[in-house]
Amino acid sequence: MRFSIPLMAGAGFVLVALACGGQPAPAPTPAVDSAAIRDSIARAEATRRADDERRAREAAERERLAREAAARDSLARLAAATERVRGMLAAMINFDYDKSNIRPGDAAVLDQKIAILQANPALRISVTGHCDERGSDEYNLALGNRRALAAREYLVNRGIAADRISTASRGEEQPTDPASNEAAWSRNRRDEFAITAGGDQLRAPGGM
Amino acid sequence: MVLALVAAAAPAAAQNPPTEGVRVGITYQPGMRPGLIVLGAARTALADSLQAIVARDLDFSDQFELITLPPDDSLGLGEIGTTGSLGFVNYRLYGALGADYAVRILPPETDRVTALVYDVRQELVRRELSLDLPPLGDPGFRLAVHRVSDEVMRAVTGAPGIAASRLAFVRESRVYRVDADGADAHAVSGPGARAFSPSWGPRGRQLAYMEFHDRGGRLYVAEVPAGQRRLVPPTEESLNYTPAFSPDGRTLVFTRSGNDGTDLYSWNLADNCCLQRLTVGRFADNLSPTFSPDGRRLAYVSTRAGLPQIYAMSADGTGQELFAPFDYGVTGSSNAPEWSPDGLSLAFHRDVAGSPQIFVMDVAGKTVRQLTSAGRNEDPTWAPDGRHLAFVSNRTGSRQLWVIDLETGRVRQITRGGEARLPAWSPRID
Repeated sequence: MRFSIPLMAGAGFVLVALACGGQPAPAPTPAVDSAAIRDSIARAEATRRADDERRAREAAERERLAREAAARDSLARLAAATERVRGMLAAMINFDYDKSNIRPGDAAVLDQKIAILQANPALRISVTGHCDERGSDEYNLALGNRRALAAREYLVNRGIAADRISTASRGEEQPTDPASNEAAWSRNRRDEFAITAGGDQLRAPGGM
Repeated sequence: MVLALVAAAAPAAAQNPPTEGVRVGITYQPGMRPGLIVLGAARTALADSLQAIVARDLDFSDQFELITLPPDDSLGLGEIGTTGSLGFVNYRLYGALGADYAVRILPPETDRVTALVYDVRQELVRRELSLDLPPLGDPGFRLAVHRVSDEVMRAVTGAPGIAASRLAFVRESRVYRVDADGADAHAVSGPGARAFSPSWGPRGRQLAYMEFHDRGGRLYVAEVPAGQRRLVPPTEESLNYTPAFSPDGRTLVFTRSGNDGTDLYSWNLADNCCLQRLTVGRFADNLSPTFSPDGRRLAYVSTRAGLPQIYAMSADGTGQELFAPFDYGVTGSSNAPEWSPDGLSLAFHRDVAGSPQIFVMDVAGKTVRQLTSAGRNEDPTWAPDGRHLAFVSNRTGSRQLWVIDLETGRVRQITRGGEARLPAWSPRID
């Protein structure tokens, strides 16, 4: 009741004047300054409007910042997911000497790739087989080929379309570890996996 | 026959002593080889090169006891300094030193060189050879000198030597060629791509090899020494390697690895057409073909028994059968077969106690003998004389090319420096 305060103040003035002794002179009718009151009201309204606008702007800004942060978060999450998935795709598997069968411990690594391939229908990968330095140089190209085919067959047998997986062999030509000991040799006997298409944004399969 | 090896350092003749562990399966009877002395007054750098190269070539033939005279006249023989075309030939002296033959390289004239081959026992000139000789420094110089050596060999033994031949090999992922004495290496493949599996055409004028690309390997046939090369058309895609020319040069057989596994294919080079698949492996791989010298058969590697062993078939892919016998569960993997130039033997490597060793099989009797035992020895390739093999050995700590003589058991190292592998010995280059 803002606009009633000056009236009440004026009324209070009149009451005080009546209470102060004697023969009260006929109190002059207080001149209610309508203009001043109108000014005050207007000023108060203006202040109130300004406050409202300010609060609205701040709220909008907070909303905008929150939206942007959410978008960045989601992109970051997507990028993090893509990186995580890329990491799982790139995980290598290894082989016993002169063998190309998938070892039981490596099956889980391949199973992860199957889930990723199923979650990302546009994804295509390549498998490249490698050998350690022992054995005939030329035979090792054939052995590397068999190692790549073994991984491909594992994936295809579990439902991945064959044309999504290409194979290659590098034999003993590209060791990851140049040393000549069993530790290096067992690291070099491997399949490597790479994305050939559809790897820009990868969805993590459920539960990963 | 007296074996008197005369003094001091022969000029630039680099002879390596025999090495441990290489005499398995070979009996060597010293003193049974004819003695040969290389004469001549090496008064110029050119003459010195000639004499050194010829002496080394004759030594590397392993068919002679080489007797060398010191370059100065410290023996007081008085015959050094002979500059005339025939001069005095001290047959008695050479005979006393143990020589059965003597060779004199005369100071060369422009474009030609003359060599005299003496029969010391009969005290006569057995042959006078006159051959083209480009200038020292010309790219064809060394090969021409090697031809002199080979003609000297022919004059003495009836069969030409192997000095005018080359070895191709891979070093640091490039294909190189080198003279049979280990000198004068030249790159054949370019610096931009990784190369593999060189193999010579029938006259030593073409070299096939593979170059890797991002998804496979392509085969090329390069002219040597001219250098231009052409792609073998069906090898543009997929992984193709181990090319092998038929002896008539018209066909190229090679290995291809892909979704179907690894199998052998042939391509008609002469007509540039007609790819044929020779083997259908399904669950086994078939690779590393080598032609018999009559072009009718191929020996190759197959894993059909569960591990790689040596098989043979007709050149059209029919009649596949086991070639190098093995005991299943006992015999190690066998790989890298190469048929000898006379058709009588097959060289290959086989795992023994975990390391590959060089084996030679008699084709008729299927008997095998092991030639090496120290270190890892693999990828044998025949010299044109059918009695020397080059192979890769790591016995010095890094993989290098070595040559073994099957008759004497002598082994010598040909390459040094960066690792060398996958050697191929050319035919005689005419």
